[in-house]
Amino acid sequence: MAGARRGLPCLLLLAFVFLGSLRPAVAIPAFARKYGLPCSACHEAWPKLNVFGQTFKDNGYQLMNDRDSPIWQNPSYWPVTMRITPHWHRESVNKVGVDTEAGFNSAEVKTMSHGFDLSGLDILSGGTLYNNISFLLVPSFENTGDAFSFESAWVRFDNLLKTPWLNFKVGKFELDNIISEKRGMTLSSQGGGYQLYHFIPLAELVNGSPVINTFVQLGDNQLGLEVMGHSKNDRTRYSVAVISSNDGGVNLPNGNSYSTYITASQAFDTGKLGVQRVGGYFFAGEAPTFYLQQNGANLAGTGTGNKSFHREGAFALFYLKKLDFSVYYQHGWDSPYFGTGTGANQTLPDGARAATWNGAFVETHYTLNPQLIFIQRSEFVRMSQQPLPGIPSSFGNIDAYTFATRWYPIMFSRAGLALHGEYSLVRQQGAAPVSLTSLTGSSVFLGFDFDF
Amino acid sequence: MRAKLARWLFFVVAAAVFALCATSWGQESQGMGMESHIGKLTGHARAGAPLYRRFCIGCHGSLGDGEGENAMWIDPKPRNFTLGIFKCRSTPSGTLPTDEDLFETIARGVLNSNMPQWRPLTDQDRADLIAYVKHFSPRFVSEKPGPPIQVPPEPEVTAERIKAGQATFKRIECWKCHGVEGRGNGPSADTLTDDQNRPIKPFNFHDTDRFKCGASDQDLYKIFMTGLDGTPMPSFMDNLKPDDAWDLVFYLRTLQPMHTKAKDIAQQLGLKPINPYAPAK
Repeated sequence: MAGARRGLPCLLLLAFVFLGSLRPAVAIPAFARKYGLPCSACHEAWPKLNVFGQTFKDNGYQLMNDRDSPIWQNPSYWPVTMRITPHWHRESVNKVGVDTEAGFNSAEVKTMSHGFDLSGLDILSGGTLYNNISFLLVPSFENTGDAFSFESAWVRFDNLLKTPWLNFKVGKFELDNIISEKRGMTLSSQGGGYQLYHFIPLAELVNGSPVINTFVQLGDNQLGLEVMGHSKNDRTRYSVAVISSNDGGVNLPNGNSYSTYITASQAFDTGKLGVQRVGGYFFAGEAPTFYLQQNGANLAGTGTGNKSFHREGAFALFYLKKLDFSVYYQHGWDSPYFGTGTGANQTLPDGARAATWNGAFVETHYTLNPQLIFIQRSEFVRMSQQPLPGIPSSFGNIDAYTFATRWYPIMFSRAGLALHGEYSLVRQQGAAPVSLTSLTGSSVFLGFDFDF
Repeated sequence: MRAKLARWLFFVVAAAVFALCATSWGQESQGMGMESHIGKLTGHARAGAPLYRRFCIGCHGSLGDGEGENAMWIDPKPRNFTLGIFKCRSTPSGTLPTDEDLFETIARGVLNSNMPQWRPLTDQDRADLIAYVKHFSPRFVSEKPGPPIQVPPEPEVTAERIKAGQATFKRIECWKCHGVEGRGNGPSADTLTDDQNRPIKPFNFHDTDRFKCGASDQDLYKIFMTGLDGTPMPSFMDNLKPDDAWDLVFYLRTLQPMHTKAKDIAQQLGLKPINPYAPAK
């Protein structure tokens, strides 16, 4: 009888999982409502795109069946989706600077905080204005409710000259990262994002902020224009973006400098295994090193003394049926002026040189079905050259590990709900505020990610 | 007493789960040995099942009956696979399509409908999906596809052929549905229904340079000859000689929003829409 008592909950649980998995996998509101397609048509598990979803996106949110213009929609159709994630999380940092009798920020302690919380709110409005004219507008609110920004705002002219090889986009948009952080499957504050998409050598930071360079954020949406093209089945694709070196900030905070992001990739049909893709990217540009001063502060928009930077690398998406790997490699180079926080109107310190680094991550997904996915990511950044000779060679190196799972009990064409569990750990050498030893932070995240 | 209750509950739940499994497995396993053959590819229904669930179920439904949860919002309605009737075929009217026909349809999508182009999927995935789609209809067990019709080589387009095509358009009464200008507004247009008695609109040639079943002259030729099963568009295989069909292709190409040699010739001819009520010359 004891066996039966133990077995009953297990059986009920099994039945629950079984019944849940029978439910058809459908959803993603704005586009699903428009086209009547299940959200699993475009997403391996939302928000991660599959090969069909990538094509849909590259076609300018069009299925190319002559029903893409909004004129085909019922007048009540409103292309809006909202996404927010109530959650519980625990954040732990092993060395936080605190004040003591010896002075401000004079000692390090371990901190841990946990509790119920809320993510910011994304309002995603996208689709077509007409055949071959698409748009995306994403007003975004911080979770405090008082900070509002435009995460994305762009218009795109698709299939110019009647060819998918020529599309033109202008506005604020995500750089054409096939491994998209905006569609990332991990949410925790420590290891939720890609370190390499935001990496700045630690030597360039003062109190966590860059001394002068605010440009290099591959993961941030940028203001500019993009020319993009692809083959009809999207196996071959390229894009070239010219952006202001303002890191997506409005009102020209930095000044008169530009950056260019170029990427291209090729996919291969490997039968039962899936579609494999390999590609490369090159991101280079200039940014100011000093500003005119007003009352002792930088005068916005007057940045000058431009110096250069670049990041380049390769990426790949490998599929082995339900198991897939997103692989990313980056080599980075920053001018010695950024590395040493020196304005171009000043002399570089003795021995100053470019900061360079190499980094990579492998993100593994096991998609049991469109409603259940397991995620693991390991990411490493290694400095190969510090901007000044005296800085330890490992200063700023990062190791990051993330484990997550998402279960989608509800995936209707009108709404989606994911139960999200995640643990992440990030360690950076030399980042402890006082001892300059390694700083380790970890997050536990349990939340309900929903959109409608 | 509590122990007895727990034991009963255990068995009831176990029986319910078993019944659900058995029902589900029974539905799933029926016809799951179905295969498709496209060139060197072999598709398997069992491999197509999760793909169907991922991509198709929202419109075509879990039973393949075209009653997916989004079907009520879609016009034209999704295909009911259980009937084994398909518009786009290379085979005579009333017969099953070949696996290649279905393979192409999935890749190409269906114009003016919610059926997108599934070209990004791998060939193997599409082959597996076809096997799964076929498993819904017993016709694919008891019948074989019809013999594909032969499309003769396309002749040179000439002014005479375009004029002859226009005469054919009038003679076989294409205009009754498609209108005298091919705008899909003929006198019968509002009365048309599909084989499930749902209203259906005739094709407007002025809208696009593609068709539901392809984009080439050969595809258009095939549409006349095979008809679009399940719709009022009949097969003209018995009414049109190959030369007549090519003439009609050339004429209809002059109506579409595209630059073709046929269109240039039609402009030089000053071709005017037909008057179906004019006495035959």
